[in-house]
Amino acid sequence: MEPILKISNLTKKFGLITAVNNLSFSISKGSVYGILGPNGSGKSTTLGIVLNVVNKTSGDFSWYGGNLTTHQALKKVGAIIERPNFYPYMTAYQNLKLVCKIKEISFDSIAKCLEVVGLLDRKEHHFSSFSLGMKQRLAIASALLNDPEILILDEPTNGLDPQGIHQIRKIIKTIAQNGTTILLASHLLDEVEKVCSHVVVLREGRSLFAGRVDELISSNGFFELKTKQKDALLKFVDSHPNFSHTKTEADLITAFLKDPMDAEEFNSLLYQNGIVLSHLVKRKESLEEQFLQLTDNK
Amino acid sequence: MRRLIDLELQKLLLNRTSKLLIFISFILPLCVIMLSAIKVNFFGYFTIDFGKIGIFNFPIIWHITTYFSALFKLFFAIVVVSMIGNEYSNKTLKQNLIDGLSKKEFILSKVYVIVFFALVSTLIIFCISLVLGLIYSDYDEFQIIIQQLEFLVAYFVKLVGFFSFCLFLGVLAKRSAFALAFIFIELIFEWIVLGIITWRSNFEFAQKVQDFLPLTSMSNLIKQPFQRIAMTKLPANEEITYDYSVHLDNILIVLAWTVIFIFFSYKLLKKRDL
Repeated sequence: MEPILKISNLTKKFGLITAVNNLSFSISKGSVYGILGPNGSGKSTTLGIVLNVVNKTSGDFSWYGGNLTTHQALKKVGAIIERPNFYPYMTAYQNLKLVCKIKEISFDSIAKCLEVVGLLDRKEHHFSSFSLGMKQRLAIASALLNDPEILILDEPTNGLDPQGIHQIRKIIKTIAQNGTTILLASHLLDEVEKVCSHVVVLREGRSLFAGRVDELISSNGFFELKTKQKDALLKFVDSHPNFSHTKTEADLITAFLKDPMDAEEFNSLLYQNGIVLSHLVKRKESLEEQFLQLTDNK
Repeated sequence: MRRLIDLELQKLLLNRTSKLLIFISFILPLCVIMLSAIKVNFFGYFTIDFGKIGIFNFPIIWHITTYFSALFKLFFAIVVVSMIGNEYSNKTLKQNLIDGLSKKEFILSKVYVIVFFALVSTLIIFCISLVLGLIYSDYDEFQIIIQQLEFLVAYFVKLVGFFSFCLFLGVLAKRSAFALAFIFIELIFEWIVLGIITWRSNFEFAQKVQDFLPLTSMSNLIKQPFQRIAMTKLPANEEITYDYSVHLDNILIVLAWTVIFIFFSYKLLKKRDL
C-alpha cells in the first residue's frame, strides 16, 4: 500500500546540536501511530519538518508518494502542534472560516466540526475568551475541517486538566474509529498505549524502535504473588524452568516469565505443591517500563 | 490572487486596531484636504481661504494633495508592520503554514494587500482632487486637468515602496515596535551616509548617493510644494525656480527597492525555522 508519508534519512541540525539524526519511517493508511520520546528527543522537530515550518538539513520526506508539493499535501492533512494558535480577536467561527479559505474548502463543515468538539454554542465568542481546554478543542475542530486523511497531533493534552485530557482522548478515539490515520507525538506513554497501534521511539533524534506496539511489549509478562509460605514459593519458582528471575518487595513477590504460562495453570501447579496464595495477578510490562528500558540501555 | 487578498483582508478588517488605523490613514488626509477648502472667517478680522492662494488650481492640485496625503502613510505603515508582528506573536504564521499556505503565498498575500490599499488610496486622492479642482480651480479645460497626473503615479509608487520597506522590516524584526524603530534608524542612517560622504568627498556627490537610498528616493518622488505655491504668487521671480517634477529615474529606483524588499522578505521567511 502507498504510504501517506515517507521519511527517509531525515536530519536536522540546529548549530552544533543534531535534533533529528538520520531518521526514517513511513506512515501507511488506517493505523494510529505514536511517536515516543523524552523531552528534546526531536519529536516536534520531525513533525515541524514534514509540516513545512522547519527546514530540513538533509534527507527527504514525501507526502502521498511525492505527487504533491508539501503545502498542497498539507491541505489534506489536519495538524495540531503544541499550542493552539489562532487569531485572538476573531471568534471561533471566523477563525475556522480563515482556515477554510487557506485550505480552499467550503464553510459547510464548520458547524459539524464545532459540534464534534462541543463548541457549537460558543462559536460567536472570541478566541481570546476561551480556556486552554476549549482552545485545544477548537484546534482539533480546525484540524478536522477538511475531513483529513491523516491527523497529526503533537502533545495534544499538554497542560490540560484531567477533564480536558479525558475529553481530548475521547475525541481522538472517536476519530480513530472512523478510520482516520493518526500520528500522535507524546511523552505521555499511557496516552500512546491506549490509542496507538504502531510506535516510533526516538532518543536524541535517533529512532530506537519502529513497529507495532505489541511487538515492543514482547515479553511474556510476570506474576505478582502473595503468600504466607514465602520460602517454599521462592524455592518452587526458582526451580521451575519457565521463570527467569524473581524480585521481592516486602511481602510482594514478582516472578518474571521466560516462557509463556497462564495464571490458571500456575495456580493449580502451586496448589498441587501445597502452596496457597493470597494474591495472584498476571501482568504484562507496560509501555512505560519497556520504553524506559529501551531509552536507558542504548 | 483573490483568495490571498480575501484571506488578508479578513485578518485586517476583523482586528479593531488595524481597522481604526486603516480608517485614519484613508479618512484623515481627506478631512484635512476638505477642511482646507472651507473658508475660515476669524471673527471678521481676516479670512483664511486657501482657494484664493490657488492651491486648488489644476494642475498644481495633483502635487499638493498627493504630497500632503502621503504624510499620512505612517498610519498604514503601522498596520503593515503589525500584520507581520501579530502573525509572529500569535504564532498564526506557523499555523497558516501547517494549514497549507506556502511561505510564498503568505508573503504574496501581504504584498497584494499593500498594492490593493495603495491603489484604493490613489483612487480616493484622484477623485477628491478632481472634485475639489472642478469646484475651485480657475481653469477647468480638459487639457489642463490631465496635466501632471504623473504625481498620482508617483504617489502610488511611493506608497507601495514604503509599505514594502515596512513589510521587510516586519519580517526582519518579527515585532512591530522594533520594526517601526528601524524605519527611524534607517532615516538617521541615510543622513549619516550623506554626512560621511560629504566629509570624505563633496556634498554634490553625497547627495547623488543618498538619492539611491530607499527613504530618500521615496521622498524624492514628490517634492515639497511650498516653493511652488510661493512661485504662483511671485511669477516674475526667476531666481527661486526649482525642479518639482516627477522623475522617471526616481520611480525606477523606488521600484527596484520595492522588488528587493519583497524578494528578501520572502528569502528571509523561507530560511527561517518557525
